[in-house]
Amino acid sequence: MTGFIFPNEGVIEWDLLIVIYPYITGLVAGAFVVSSLYHVFGLTRLKPVARFSLITALAFLLVTPLPLVVHLGRPERALEMFLTPNLTSAMSAFGYIWFFYLIILVAEVWLVFRPDIVRYASSSEGTRKTVYTALALGMNTLTEESLTVDRRLIKVLSFIGIPVAFLLHGYVGFIFGAVKANPWWSTPLMPIIFLLSAIVSGIALLIVVYLIVTRLRRAEVEHRCFHFMALWLGGFLTVGVVLEGLEVFSMLYEQEESWQIISQLLTQRIAFTYFGIQFVLGSLLPLLLLAATALFKMEERFKTGLAFLSSVLVLIGVFAMRWNVVIGGQLISKSLRGFTSYAPPLWGLNGIVVASIILLLPFIVLAVLIYFIPPWQEEIKPPERRGLGYRASGLR
Amino acid sequence: MKISRRDFIKIGAKGLLAGVAFSSVPFLLQGLVKNSSRAIAADGGGLERHNWGFICDNEKCIGCGRCVVACKKENKVPWEPEFNRTWVERYIITEDEKIYVDSPNAGRDGFQDFPPKLDVPESEVWKSFFVPKLCNQCHRPPCVTVCPVGATYQTHDGVVLIDQDHCIGCRYCIQACPYGARFFLPELGVVDKCTWCYHRINRGLIPACVEVCPVGARIFGDLNDPAGTLKTTLAQKRFYVLKPELGTEPKVSYIGFEKGVY
Repeated sequence: MTGFIFPNEGVIEWDLLIVIYPYITGLVAGAFVVSSLYHVFGLTRLKPVARFSLITALAFLLVTPLPLVVHLGRPERALEMFLTPNLTSAMSAFGYIWFFYLIILVAEVWLVFRPDIVRYASSSEGTRKTVYTALALGMNTLTEESLTVDRRLIKVLSFIGIPVAFLLHGYVGFIFGAVKANPWWSTPLMPIIFLLSAIVSGIALLIVVYLIVTRLRRAEVEHRCFHFMALWLGGFLTVGVVLEGLEVFSMLYEQEESWQIISQLLTQRIAFTYFGIQFVLGSLLPLLLLAATALFKMEERFKTGLAFLSSVLVLIGVFAMRWNVVIGGQLISKSLRGFTSYAPPLWGLNGIVVASIILLLPFIVLAVLIYFIPPWQEEIKPPERRGLGYRASGLR
Repeated sequence: MKISRRDFIKIGAKGLLAGVAFSSVPFLLQGLVKNSSRAIAADGGGLERHNWGFICDNEKCIGCGRCVVACKKENKVPWEPEFNRTWVERYIITEDEKIYVDSPNAGRDGFQDFPPKLDVPESEVWKSFFVPKLCNQCHRPPCVTVCPVGATYQTHDGVVLIDQDHCIGCRYCIQACPYGARFFLPELGVVDKCTWCYHRINRGLIPACVEVCPVGARIFGDLNDPAGTLKTTLAQKRFYVLKPELGTEPKVSYIGFEKGVY
């Protein structure tokens, strides 16, 4: 603690668990956007990861409420959010949006994977056969006609899914952006900044997990698809960085009463995580690396490596961004005269260990999903090499 | 189809009866709602017929901290200085107009040592004063807006309360309060804050902090009572509220306000 803080402000109430909560929702929204780019916007170059991105979104969505419930003072009352919602509260919408999104996502996953499930049900034996037969829900027809209906439904669901995914994450930004008591949070840019960083982190996650899983499977990396994702990552990252910069720049330029404490926050309290990790390591460096892969001729392996590295950096940077918003905002005293301090404990419910376990959970869920419904489609032709120009991008 | 006179009267009477019964439903409901809330307070009036208000007089406060102690005892607030329904801040302004603020142990033990932690030489002090703080019971409370389950709410007599049997402990209200008036009770897993001693004021008593203040720096009363001390004091003095720019419309008015007090 330095300077003056109100006596009740000694404790950081929204701790590490609330840092990883928007991180996980962001990954959901980002992964879903990638699958929608294929299913709705017809970017066929993303086909190799379209199914994979969908189950990645589902795996992360299933874990989303966990850090919130663990963080509650009275977790046994969590369902009150559904039963007695206060509709003026942005937070009360969470349960409904999450549930609605879950229904859409599960339905879409089921439709996309139905042909596989039906095939497994007929080809496997024993317990696996029972599982797949149950998963097929008795819809075993795989005629051209039924598949056309499926495809149409998938398109409709992805179409509805986009605004809902945006809502799910935009609302997380709104939870912070609408707190007028906190000068570091209170900006209408917050939902948009959260959305863009969500998309960025989701694409980065897909790049990282896709490459690792492909290596583990000893399959060949679809380079066209891979670099196309990297291209989109660079695009969204650029817009995200500009918006994040604009937010702070306008605060600097307007020089309101709160600027003095915010500038102290940025230059003294969170200088390392803000300038060091979020800005340089997590935004600027990956942007330069991605630009290098797009501009210079280099060996395919090297290019893939750089895109992979950029994505890892972006994932770290977005985590730092969540930290700088959630923790940074609470470090400032509302008296605008001082700072409190925070270091997450290692053990305990809100410690580093529990948070790491929660962050690891979606990957376990994803592994289970991949085991039961492998998203890979092996009939895809070997990749052709083409430049990353506009005409080759699929954006016609 | 022909209707006999007898049938006509029968049907008409039934229709009339049904109409009366149907149209009386809203009135019945209204009556039920009204009756259910008409509890009788100790001062003879109905609950929630007041419009409570509060004054803190910075010119009178001597920083003895008796209000903080009385509040902790009356409301079973944990004794540790991190939990406060009310507290006292000391402002020290130096000759070169630098402002130093402190609140050792939230003012619970007074401010005997001068200066305790601030590095201000006594010769440089230009002026110094105390500011008592408590929940502002905002007319437009942001904490009530953000509560996801409606566990915190505003009564008709203008006090913001917390239903601790309903609170889920998400602590969004703590983030939303611009005044730092709310705090989390780790043992109960719920949020707590000043209620202007709601249990006392509905028995015709005044809040504990007002009761014990030796210099009358805290005034409590009904804003609708033109002859009361609260309203007459407000009529005579210039007053101000904390952070009016946030549009929360606080109901604690400060006399002797100074630039730099948030």
